[in-house]
Parts: sequence; structure tokens; C-alpha cells
Amino acid sequence: MGSLTLRGISKSFGATEVLRDIDLEVHDGGFTVFVGPSGCGKSTLLRIVAGLEEPSAGDVLIEGERVNDRAPADREIAMVFQSYALYPHLTVRDNMALGLRQARTPKATIEARVAEAARMLSLEPLLGRRPAELSGGQRQRVAIGRAVVRTPKLFLFDEPLSNLDAALRVNTRVEIARLRRELRATMIYVTHDQTEAMTLADQIVVLNAGRIEQIGAPMELYRDPANIFVAGFIGSPRMNFLDGARLGLQAATLGIRPEHLRLDRVAGEFEGRVSHVEHLGGETNIFVQAGAHGLLTARRFDEESFALDERVWLTPDPARRLLFDAEGRRLR
Amino acid sequence: MARRGRLRAFGAHAALLTYTAIALFPVFVIVINAFKSRKAIFGAPLAPPTPETFDLAGFRAVLTQGDFVLYFQNSLIVTLVSLALVLLFGAMSAFALSEYRFRGNTLLGLYLALGIMIPIRLGTVAILELMVATHLVDTRTALILVYTAQGLPLSIFILAEFMRQISDDLKNAGRIDGLSEYAIFFRLVLPLTRPAMATVAVFTMIPIWNDLWFPLILAPSEATKTVTLGAQVFIGQFVTNWNAVLAALSLAILPVLILYLIFSRQLIRGITSGAVK
Ligand SMILES: Nc1ncnc2c1ncn2[C@@H]1O[C@H](COP(=O)(O)OP(=O)(O)O)[C@@H](O)[C@H]1O
Ligand SMILES: [Mg+2]
Repeated sequence: MGSLTLRGISKSFGATEVLRDIDLEVHDGGFTVFVGPSGCGKSTLLRIVAGLEEPSAGDVLIEGERVNDRAPADREIAMVFQSYALYPHLTVRDNMALGLRQARTPKATIEARVAEAARMLSLEPLLGRRPAELSGGQRQRVAIGRAVVRTPKLFLFDEPLSNLDAALRVNTRVEIARLRRELRATMIYVTHDQTEAMTLADQIVVLNAGRIEQIGAPMELYRDPANIFVAGFIGSPRMNFLDGARLGLQAATLGIRPEHLRLDRVAGEFEGRVSHVEHLGGETNIFVQAGAHGLLTARRFDEESFALDERVWLTPDPARRLLFDAEGRRLR
Repeated sequence: MARRGRLRAFGAHAALLTYTAIALFPVFVIVINAFKSRKAIFGAPLAPPTPETFDLAGFRAVLTQGDFVLYFQNSLIVTLVSLALVLLFGAMSAFALSEYRFRGNTLLGLYLALGIMIPIRLGTVAILELMVATHLVDTRTALILVYTAQGLPLSIFILAEFMRQISDDLKNAGRIDGLSEYAIFFRLVLPLTRPAMATVAVFTMIPIWNDLWFPLILAPSEATKTVTLGAQVFIGQFVTNWNAVLAALSLAILPVLILYLIFSRQLIRGITSGAVK
């Protein structure tokens, strides 16, 4: 198993700066998720860790050893790609065995490791097939299997679930969490989906435009975001942001999550009209047009129903409201 | 709906059959006349051979005058070796151009593609001087070098375009599995480029096989003659042995036809690979 340290990593493609001054510590056995909007540099950072891309500046350390000058194959990492990237002309068995053969692992060891990975991922009946004869979910399991047989210090996942349908995505997510417990491996996982980040990670790294916005445990980021970006990115439905001046506050912006915005028929801080209602079963999202405050979302966990255009009152829970300054930094 | 579909299919087939007939007609005329007597060739050029007009004089002439077995051998060696070199070097430079970021990449690609627009024959005099200086005149090597140079631009252009479409993730997966850049090229990229390679092979092979110009200038000796050049012995200034010319040309069709059949399965996949996924 392995720890990872990034020190001052920057990356530019020509004149475009894609990553700036990234510092990060991933502990042995940790599950770290890089999350952020598309194009913020997550994949580039992961590829730098893998050695597929050279950083313009900074050091990559695996288990305390600088690996900048080591080829990807010599970094004891394994990577699972969004597009699976299985070798199309090789069988499932050979896809998994190729890396070990290249490393001149003894035949018996290769067979044992492939068998073990196949058992773990229920791939036994598929070992003789080619990638073209597999479904999307099966391909993804083979790609994970190919990573598992290498027994790497570090697993790298680049949006492994984004090509799967919703049901399969939940299953595979659970599978990855189980795998991680079984292998007790260090994993780094890239996604643009905050739900995946929240459910899998013990450490989330929120990236935006090539910089780290915040690092923390999932509930830490949810409860205690460092700035507007993280507050808005983590949590679904998205946090409401209200103009502070309009509420008579010193802060530029007040943030309040939909589940902390109390909705009442009789009284509250300000009023609005129901403009749309989403019933999700266990919870209901109510969209309220609140005059100058704009369109706000409230979330209730009862089965109370509201009519369109109904007049309602809203109150942000004072204990849960978050205040931000004009630059978007959190005021505490 | 079904009726309109059938009508459309009928129209398409009619057009394709007409085109096939037009394209094959000269070949057909050559082949039937190769089996006729001289008188019948001129008397009724479009008539198929009958028992009275059937005559193998042409083939006899081809097999007795001149060493056609040797000419065929020369043509095959020159074509196949040039083809192999064009495919190998074409694919390698295409890989470099499509895979690696380096200064001048685009410029180099344009420079290499320039040869598609400028015919190599413009440089004939310089090429001949070069061959004389290097004592390569009247060798098959001279022809192979020139044909390799002639075939490379188109091959690099087509293959680079094709290789750009191969997913980066696949190559990166290979790198993580410890494949060297050579192994990635030969074991991952080349197998996936097979349809494009077949396309390039056909487009490269036919002009080389048919060429008369460079064999005539660079390798006209008896030992290095190619089939197309060899067939010229029957074309005299005053008398032309048409039977023999037609027979030689008919025989010359066979090897390329065989090579084409080998590549054609791949070729069709190459043409349709973008359309059907
Ligand atoms: N090879 C490259 N050349 C130039 N720009 C690149 C290259 N790879 C990525 N980029 C740019 O870097 C930025 C970050 O890309 P990426 O790391 O793939 O983002 P993410 O994975 O977060 O969606 C994007 O703006 C992208 O256009
Ligand atoms: Mg990405």
C-alpha cells in the first residue's frame, strides 16, 4: 500500500496554465476523490501522478520517494480509465495478464492473481471473451480487474462510472467501496459527480480552474465549506445564495442549503410564491420565487404538499447559515 | 415503403453495374484478344474468341522471347519490398506525428504531405544523377528506393489521420502495463490500423506495378526489367506483336489481382469504418 505526496505541482500546455501549485497529502490506505467541474484539470493531475504527463513544476512522491523520473510502469500504480481502454484484440484473461507478463512475473503467480481478481469481480465465465463481446458494466469490471492483478501501491480511477447507466453506476460504486475494504489499498478517484465523491471518499479534494479550493472529509466540506465555490459544488440540490445587503447583513452573500431553509404557510423572514414542486418520495423539493431574493429551493422530508403559486414564508435556519465576503471567502 | 426501398436498391445496383461494365471493358477487351489470332484481333476486336480464331501465339511468344519469368519476379520483388517499406516507414512516421508533441510537428506533417501534390517524376533527372553517383543504376534497389519515396506521402497522410482516432487511454493503459513505445506501436496501434494499412497498400501497389517510367530510366537492363517494361519489346517502331503485348498485359493483371484480393477484405472495412461503428 502507499501514500502519495504532491508538492507544488503546476502544469501548462503551451501558454495555457491548467494546474497551479497543487499541494496534497494522501495517506496510506486512504480513499481520496478529486472532484470539480469538467475541464478543471482533474484528469491532468491524475495523469501526472501516473507519470503519463510531466508536471511543468513540482514533485510527485509515492511512499516518500520522488518518482518524477520514473516511467508509469515503474511507479507501482494501476489506472482505470473512463473509456475502459481494454486491449481490443486480447481476451479478458490476457487483458488482465499483460502487465504482469511484461514485468516477467512467474506464470503460476500470474494465473493465481488473475483467478483471484476474476473471483473478486465475478469475471470467471468471461475470461475467454474479447472486449467486444462484453457489456459496458462487464468491461468496466475487467478494467478494474486489470488494475487489481498488478497489486499496485496506488489505484487511480478516472471517472470510471460515467459511461454506465444509473442503476449500474450505483452497483459499481458499491463494488468499488467493497473492493477497497477487501484490498485495503490506497485509491485516488476522479469524478465530476459530487454524489460519487460524497459516498466514496474519506478525503475530498475540490478543484476549480486548476487550483485546490478545499481539502477535507465529505461531511466537513458539507458543513464547513471554505468558500462559495465549495459550498455550491457540494450538496444536491445546490445551496441557495442570497444577497447579504438586501437582508441587512455585513456579509456580501448568505448561503443556506435547501434542507436548512424552513418553509412555512404562516410566518417567516421573507415571502414568495411556489413556482415548481418535485416529489422524490422520501423528500420534496419546492422551488420558490422569492421576489428580489430570486428563485430559492427548499427541501422537506415530510409529505406535505404545496400548490403552484401558493404564497409561502421562508426562514433560513440561523444556526446553519453561511456567510461569505465579496471575494467568496467564508466569514466565520 | 418497402417498394420504394427496392426501387432505390435497384437504381443503385443499375448505376454500379453500369460503372463496373465501363471500368472493366478495356480489361475485358485485352483479355479476350490475348486469346485470338492476329487477323481476328484486327478483324473483330470486340468478338470473343471462337474455335476458328482461338490462338495462343501471344502466350507462346511471351514465354519464348525474353525472360518473362524473370520480369515477373522483378516486378513482384520491387512491388512487395517497396510496399513493405512504405507501410512500415509510413506507419512509423504517422505514429510519431499523431502521438508525440514536439516542436515543428505540424510543419513536418505538411512537409511530408507535400509529396502528394508534387509528382516525383519532376525530379527524374536529379534522381538519375543520384543513382549514377551511387552506382545504383540497373538495380532493383534503385526502383525500390524511388517507389518508397513516392508512396510515403500519401501513406503518412492517411495513416496519421487514422491513428489520431485511436484512443489515448488505450496507449496510456499500455504504458502503465509496461509496454515500450515500440510495443505500443507494433502490438496496440498497428493491429488497430489494419484497415487503413490495407487501403494504403492498394493505393501504393497499383502505381508501382504499372509504372513504366522509372524502370525505363533507372533499370532498363535485361536482368532488372519489370513486366511493364518487358512487354515493350513487342512494341516496335514498325511492327508490333499485338498478340504478345496483349498476352503479357493479361498475365500482368494476375499478380495484382491476387494481392488486391488479399487486401480487399480489409479495404472494405477501411472505407466503411468511419460510417459504421
Ligand atoms: N494535451 C493537452 N493539450 C492541451 N490542453 C490540454 C491537454 N490535455 C488537457 N488540456 C486542457 O486542460 C484542461 C483540463 O483538462 P482535464 O484535466 O482533462 O480536465 P477534467 O478531467 O477536469 O475534465 C482543459 O481545459 C483541457 O482543454
Ligand atoms: Mg477528465
